[in-house]
Amino acid sequence: MSLSLMRGLRAPVFALAILLVPVSAQAIEIQRVISKGGIEAWLVEDHSLPIISMRFLFPGGAATDPIGRQGTANMVSGLLDEGAGDLDSQAFQSRLADESISLSFNASRDNFGGNLRALTRNRDEAFDLLRLALTQPRFDPGAVERIRAQILAGIAARKNDPNQIAQRTFWSATFPDHPYSRPREGTAESVAAITDVDLRTFVTRRLARSELIVGVVGDITPDDLRVLLDQTFGDLPERAEAYTIPKMEPAAAGDVIVVQKKNPQSRVVFGQKGLYRDDPDYYSALVLNHILGGGSFTSRLYDEIREKRGLAYSVFSYLLPMDSAALWLGGAGTENAAVSVSVELVRNQWASIRAFGVTQDELDKAKANLIGSFGLRFENSAAISGMLVAVQRRDLGIEFLNERNDLIAQVTLEDVNLVAKRVLDPAALTVVVVGDPENIDATHTIREDG
Amino acid sequence: MKDGFTMVPGWPAWVLSLALIPLLVVPSFAQVFNPRTFELDNGLQIVVIENHRAPVVTHMIWYRAGAADEPAGKSGIAHYFEHLMFKGTKTRAPGEFSEIVASVGGRENAFTSQDYTGYFQTVAPQHLATMMELEADRMTGLVLTSEIIEPERKVILEERGSRTDNNPSALLSEQVAAATYLNHPYRLPIIGWAHEIENISLADLEAFYKTWYAPNNAVLVVSGDVDPDEVFQLARKYYGPIAARDLPPRIRPSEPPQRAPREVVMRDARVEQPSWSRRYLAPSYTSGASEHAYALEVLSEIIGGGTTARIYRSIVVESALAASAGAWYSPGSLDLTTFGFWFSPRPGVKISDVEAAIDEQISKLLADGVTEDELDRAKRRLIDSAIFARDSVSGPARIFGAALASGQTVDDVEAWPKRIQAVTVEEINAAARAVFNPTASTTGILLPAEPGNKS
Repeated sequence: MSLSLMRGLRAPVFALAILLVPVSAQAIEIQRVISKGGIEAWLVEDHSLPIISMRFLFPGGAATDPIGRQGTANMVSGLLDEGAGDLDSQAFQSRLADESISLSFNASRDNFGGNLRALTRNRDEAFDLLRLALTQPRFDPGAVERIRAQILAGIAARKNDPNQIAQRTFWSATFPDHPYSRPREGTAESVAAITDVDLRTFVTRRLARSELIVGVVGDITPDDLRVLLDQTFGDLPERAEAYTIPKMEPAAAGDVIVVQKKNPQSRVVFGQKGLYRDDPDYYSALVLNHILGGGSFTSRLYDEIREKRGLAYSVFSYLLPMDSAALWLGGAGTENAAVSVSVELVRNQWASIRAFGVTQDELDKAKANLIGSFGLRFENSAAISGMLVAVQRRDLGIEFLNERNDLIAQVTLEDVNLVAKRVLDPAALTVVVVGDPENIDATHTIREDG
Repeated sequence: MKDGFTMVPGWPAWVLSLALIPLLVVPSFAQVFNPRTFELDNGLQIVVIENHRAPVVTHMIWYRAGAADEPAGKSGIAHYFEHLMFKGTKTRAPGEFSEIVASVGGRENAFTSQDYTGYFQTVAPQHLATMMELEADRMTGLVLTSEIIEPERKVILEERGSRTDNNPSALLSEQVAAATYLNHPYRLPIIGWAHEIENISLADLEAFYKTWYAPNNAVLVVSGDVDPDEVFQLARKYYGPIAARDLPPRIRPSEPPQRAPREVVMRDARVEQPSWSRRYLAPSYTSGASEHAYALEVLSEIIGGGTTARIYRSIVVESALAASAGAWYSPGSLDLTTFGFWFSPRPGVKISDVEAAIDEQISKLLADGVTEDELDRAKRRLIDSAIFARDSVSGPARIFGAALASGQTVDDVEAWPKRIQAVTVEEINAAARAVFNPTASTTGILLPAEPGNKS
């Protein structure tokens, strides 16, 4: 019964557990499959269940949206399965539902991608529906308006969500005039302005064979997959249109921005410049972040702010490397009276680690956890196909999943303490507070309460 | 929950359905999960599901004690207690439990629902014994002091702030639950009312622990790359020495007949997008007219399961009154559950117009029933979804844990696809008539502040 309550919360209850792929090295066997037409996919063949799961991705996402039409990539992601070829929206959706096929698309800042999952007995139908969606989307007016209404309802529903406000404020302060400053799903105004031509233009420019990345897991042989790759993706244009998202250093370093809201609790987001994924110190930073605020119940931020003082339910930090910028981010939810203390504790940890480093014991524990838990990330077929695509997108190499734990193991105390000195900068932390915080020295205050 | 995700009420709909769906369907339905079961002399029930696709094991312990088992006036104690289980015991310092789990690369968490509280770790199989040792230690060995419980009380109040107080739709959900159940404790929020969380005492917490945390009130579920006989031996070694306790009967006040529909309207300046939901009291697998439960599951799929279901097709696609809409039904609760409908109106559309369209769909269902074609398609989807559920190690552990902690048996879970397959059009129509009684409904409406009144 309780399940029906609090529908607004989208908490990932069982985000963990489950995996199909061994934790140890050399356990994941990835086959590089290249079709006659030259389309490449990485395959983890597994016939233990009659299921096939595919993730595919095209570089270039919401950051490529034209100014004034932000949200175009996201809207396309909601519309490709709303009618294609001879099938209108309900006909297309019925084919999916009746054959138990899951097909979905999504647009992040840097990518446009999708997921397909089907039972073996419906495999050919599933791939054919995907082909139609990618190459002959209809964008019927009724479907376009319906999806537009859903997106607008979502934007309205999240408009006053404290975490959303904090994120929006942080990103617009950190990347002024840059595509990353703009919300991925667009604004009420920009979504209302998106036209049929905008949607079709995105499809024509972005969905092409040249940069397509594919990861497949499950009940299929390489030979069968080769045929399906050509049938499914072969009709896409050869080349995507080139695009450039300029690289940018985070701005607003050191600012404390308060968005005044009469909420019972303040939401805090903090961050500074991070490391790109190809930075040679990336793994050292990953270990350092685990110690700082990445470990679920064991990090310094968790210990100082939640465990010792009970100031917040959740407090955390994470690395966010993107194509055109890199951030080291964190967040907390804390009572209004405790915001200034909590922010000070965050800065103190930033400063303390930079000045004094971490201990060998902290390092050993962090590495043990990162190495031991890596296998747990392969939750299910979809999670594995997601990894196959992410590894290709970052050019990490087909052996990466089996080498990654060695890269963590090689990180030394000196590496971690050097990257702390190089990157962590308490004076550069940008802090956004949404709520009614007490005793906080704000560099900017935004009043939204009328 | 201990970390970013507590409590069942926040579970998204997909978790809800997943939790009801067994994992493996073979054409004859002769076997579903094929678990091995065992019981220790102290009453601890054990379920083991083998899955050798990866060297991983999920170890879960479920207590038959949830928010609905709390003493009157102490709402939130079950969830508070869940947090405290991560503190120290007679043999382990506070925080040591999590440090050990982290040091072996494990993942752990816990959750509280109205009917149960569960704890789990996922680790490589060689660490299973350590997990059992730790979990058995805290079943009865927890040490609580005011120094330990006070900071955690603040954490929980912050959790309530993040989850509920900062979120108008969560605040409305609390009010709607309180209106849906007049008498049964499902009317109370799992996280608790703030004023009661503030007043839970050390003695209250200790009493709750001594009442419910016992091997004969628990279910141990182990799923993954293990040998069941070895699991039983380990369980005997670590959990076997814990003495059983006298358990109180699990009796909750039950609902009187509902004689008038209820409606709760909340206005909040933070709301930009209105929303509406209505729930009808309905039987669960184990409570009320439970013979309807499987038919209602199929009906929920036909009327509200996705973009081709009746509600979405008629109200979102054809009449274009709503931005989104659907239905839900979750029969896994120990006591009476609800069958619900919801929608978000399109801009400029009056709530009452969409509500009338929902009413029309319900009337049509009651008058004409469902078709054989709808039935077949819904059943195929449900049974197929059981195959997808096998793509998981912890999935079966969740399914058995929730079922056994909520009054069901291993056989009930095993028989799920067979029972879905057996549902008929007549049974669905009878179930709809039994549940969709206009006087037995509660409607919740979330609206923006009145114009000119921004506070």
